[in-house]
Amino acid sequence: MDDYLEIGGRKFTNRLFTGTGKYPSDELIPDIINASGSEVITVALRRVDMDSETDNVMKHIPEHIQLLPNTSGARNASEAVRIAKLARAAGCGNWIKIEVISDNKYLLPDGHETVKATEILAKDGFVVLPYINPDFIIAKQLVSAGAAAVMPLGAPIGTNRGLQTREMIQILIDEIPLPIVVDAGIGKPSHACEAMEMGAAACLVNTAIASADNPVVMARAFSNAIKAGRDAYLSGMGVVHQLARASSPLTGFLRDA
Amino acid sequence: MSFYPILKQYESFDMDRFLEGVNDKDVRHVLQKTRLTDLDFLILLSGKAEDYLEEMANKAHQLTVQNFGRVIQFYTPMYLSNFCNNQCAYCGFNTTNTIERKQLTLDEVKREAEAISQTGLKHILVLTGDAPQLATVDYISECCNILRDYFSSIAIEIYALTREEYEILEHAGVDALTIYQETYSEELYQTLHPKGPKKDYRFRLDAPERGLQANFRSVGIGALLGLNRWQQDIFLTALHADYLQTAYTEAEISISLPRMRPHEGCFQPAHTISDKSIVQMMTALRLFLPRAGITVSTRESATFRNNILRLGVTRMSAGSCTSVGGHSQISNQTGQFEISDNRTVEEMTVSLKRLGYQPVFKDWQCIL
Repeated sequence: MDDYLEIGGRKFTNRLFTGTGKYPSDELIPDIINASGSEVITVALRRVDMDSETDNVMKHIPEHIQLLPNTSGARNASEAVRIAKLARAAGCGNWIKIEVISDNKYLLPDGHETVKATEILAKDGFVVLPYINPDFIIAKQLVSAGAAAVMPLGAPIGTNRGLQTREMIQILIDEIPLPIVVDAGIGKPSHACEAMEMGAAACLVNTAIASADNPVVMARAFSNAIKAGRDAYLSGMGVVHQLARASSPLTGFLRDA
Repeated sequence: MSFYPILKQYESFDMDRFLEGVNDKDVRHVLQKTRLTDLDFLILLSGKAEDYLEEMANKAHQLTVQNFGRVIQFYTPMYLSNFCNNQCAYCGFNTTNTIERKQLTLDEVKREAEAISQTGLKHILVLTGDAPQLATVDYISECCNILRDYFSSIAIEIYALTREEYEILEHAGVDALTIYQETYSEELYQTLHPKGPKKDYRFRLDAPERGLQANFRSVGIGALLGLNRWQQDIFLTALHADYLQTAYTEAEISISLPRMRPHEGCFQPAHTISDKSIVQMMTALRLFLPRAGITVSTRESATFRNNILRLGVTRMSAGSCTSVGGHSQISNQTGQFEISDNRTVEEMTVSLKRLGYQPVFKDWQCIL
């Protein structure tokens, strides 16, 4: 059986989404993509400078990669919508990752404004991937608003602290009929593997790769972990028990009778 | 709302006594914490904490990479006017100094913008003296309308304005405000600013807040290091930043660490700030405010800037010139202060890359 991820009418075999921020050099980006096989890469419009010969991150992104511009810097829905439209006008395509952050201390997303922006942009033909706290009610509203996937955070962005919101993400995976892409907080390949074992559709990893001493090797490690987690999920894992289990301690008498 | 009541709470606080009482155990305890209180931060400014600079530097480096990556955002100052009504004892633009005064015409603003934009820079910091009768808000607004064609982000470092005046500039495309309190000591402030509109301590103190109310997305504050005991000014600068970040959660707050340089006039700083002190304050700031931007200007030498790069810096000026029209050589007057890092933007780019850092030219897109 072919296993692929489908978003916005496009199919992907690799389930690691990568980023472009925090690298010591944008020249590392092609190596990251090669090492990981990542097919989707996010880029902040605020950093894109199409006019620049020397400082244009877009120059380093291979053409076959699905570009996922993001609205980093947007403080409300209206700013996110404007940034998304600027991204499309600049030739970045019609995919958009909505980041509406009105809290610069913890960088937590504003769910209410994110829903508003999603509704406007989805109606305008964008393939919208909103970044949210793993809030089930907000996620349901995003489904109605026309989101193409939902991107819940595992922990506050950039913290590398893993799936602190595990239970809430599991609810989204179980209940939301859209791909759940775990974004933010994933610090180690084992965290990403765990998200995939839980049934996440993909993971977006930036800080953990960019801040590694060897980002290229770390990108490969994440890709492998995500494949392993996905395989484990598809394989139908055994149920995990808290205690060693004797066989039928309570109903064994039925066999003895 | 205002930071002033918080500031007043510390008026009777015996900081010297507190700092002298800090012991090794106190410092070690703070270094194990992930969230610092105000007094934890002050412990890191103590003489005792000097013994832990390497550990502080390591933590500061890790936090900076985690929060900002190995990137430094470039900007350059552009002086529109050096006319000034103030008599700030420490400033080259002091109205009593006999220097050539100049205000750029709109055509000259365009020439400056062209000269700067050829270096690839996209973030501009617009500066004026304090002469609202000449460098009016409307004039600055018109300048910004021109600059928008060349730069993706416009910051201002001008005299303190009312909220309504800041709103005019926000509508003209300004997205960031830099305004230094110079010193948080109200008493010393009055001595250093004997005449002119800047004399109003409280009006200046609340200016960053008015800017945020006017919807600027980013505000930078700071104290001019050398005027006062640095521990006091850095402590209160950090508290001010923390107050602003808490009250205006959506804002990007940054702190500058301008150390006094020689300038026209004969004012000499009362306190000499050592390199070691800069390292201590920068690393302590990073530990206290992991998300705050930290700016280091060309007041510092190239060597020193290269050395402190890893300790928390997020923004650097590049290709700087502190005189009016200096980028396009419209005139050659005395600058506001002497710069110590004369590298061109290109040279700084090469230097940063060699150190494993990425210079970022564009990190905001005007969305008017």
